[in-house]
Amino acid sequence: MIYLELFWSFFQIGLFSIGGGYAAMPLIQNQVVDVHPWLTMTQFADIMTIAEMTPGPIAINGATFVGIQVAGFPGAVIATLGCIFPSCVIVMTLAYIYYRYRGLNMVQGILAGLRPAVIAMIASAGISLLIMALYGQRSLPSDLKQFDAIALFISITAFIILRKFKPHPLWVMAGSGLAGIILYTLI
Amino acid sequence: MANLKNNRYLKLFTSTFKLSACTFGGGFVIIPLMRKKFVQELEWIEEQEMLDLTAIAQSSPGAIAVNASILVGYHVAGVLGALVTVVGTVLPPLIIISIISLFYKAFRDNPIVSMAMAGMLCGVAAVIFDVVIDMAKVVFKKKRLLPLLVLIGAFIAVRFYAVNILIIILVCGVIGAIDTVVHEKKGAEVK
Repeated sequence: MIYLELFWSFFQIGLFSIGGGYAAMPLIQNQVVDVHPWLTMTQFADIMTIAEMTPGPIAINGATFVGIQVAGFPGAVIATLGCIFPSCVIVMTLAYIYYRYRGLNMVQGILAGLRPAVIAMIASAGISLLIMALYGQRSLPSDLKQFDAIALFISITAFIILRKFKPHPLWVMAGSGLAGIILYTLI
Repeated sequence: MANLKNNRYLKLFTSTFKLSACTFGGGFVIIPLMRKKFVQELEWIEEQEMLDLTAIAQSSPGAIAVNASILVGYHVAGVLGALVTVVGTVLPPLIIISIISLFYKAFRDNPIVSMAMAGMLCGVAAVIFDVVIDMAKVVFKKKRLLPLLVLIGAFIAVRFYAVNILIIILVCGVIGAIDTVVHEKKGAEVK
């Protein structure tokens, strides 16, 4: 029963990927290339590239792509459902606990301890993105001077516009994409 | 009254649908977008609460964007609200990938798509730094040393030592708990 297999595979991916998309990648590979013969390694690499080029979580993008390849559009829907099912149950339970007990002093204290850590993690994710933009890879290269000058220019301009004029972030993202097309074509 | 409630579900759906359609570059991107929409525009969520929800979304299994949507939906309109926001978040990637899967090789190799992506990545990084500064300001304003140390310590741990985020969340939670106990004791002694 292919639908059940899809659901179960992506259920496991959804359940065991903690900490964002890059943590999910090896799990997806294991399920769809190693455990099941659903994708070849080349197809897997392709879909991971496309997942980074399109909006949405990598796991959901992967679920949709694999589902379609294996069992058409219904397969995509079922794989996606499997992927989000663990989140729905676990996160809703945590939400219930949070809103019920957040008034307690102790819970307030714990949350106050977490908030600066969350900011630090978002900052780190931002740095990873900037390295990706400047060097085209996830970690810093040995030669730091070989960066993409256009990318640096767009990043700084976007940042200054955000701080100064406080536009909606979506406009800045769209504008940066447009700037990318224009500048990379011209230069 | 029923109309007002329906509006709320519709608003939840359209908001998360739009945000999800625009979260390029990983799950954290949805946090600044959600903050803009739900904290600043709609005022359904408080600034501090957004950080709490991010912590929960980050330390739960699954995609951060999906988890954050569930939390926002649950807070605004209960379990039904959460289901509405999940559907809103999942539909854009489901539709987009379904379409792209028909011609994914052409899409992957298209130079204009990759130029737009390269530019957009820069914009996304700028958006993240912008929100980090706004959020860090709140911590700095309190003029307490401990949160600052936690911020710097967590940053070094995650950036330079790639420490598992669950461990960081756990340690920082314990630090917060100890801090609360110490403070309450001090308060009792003054009395």
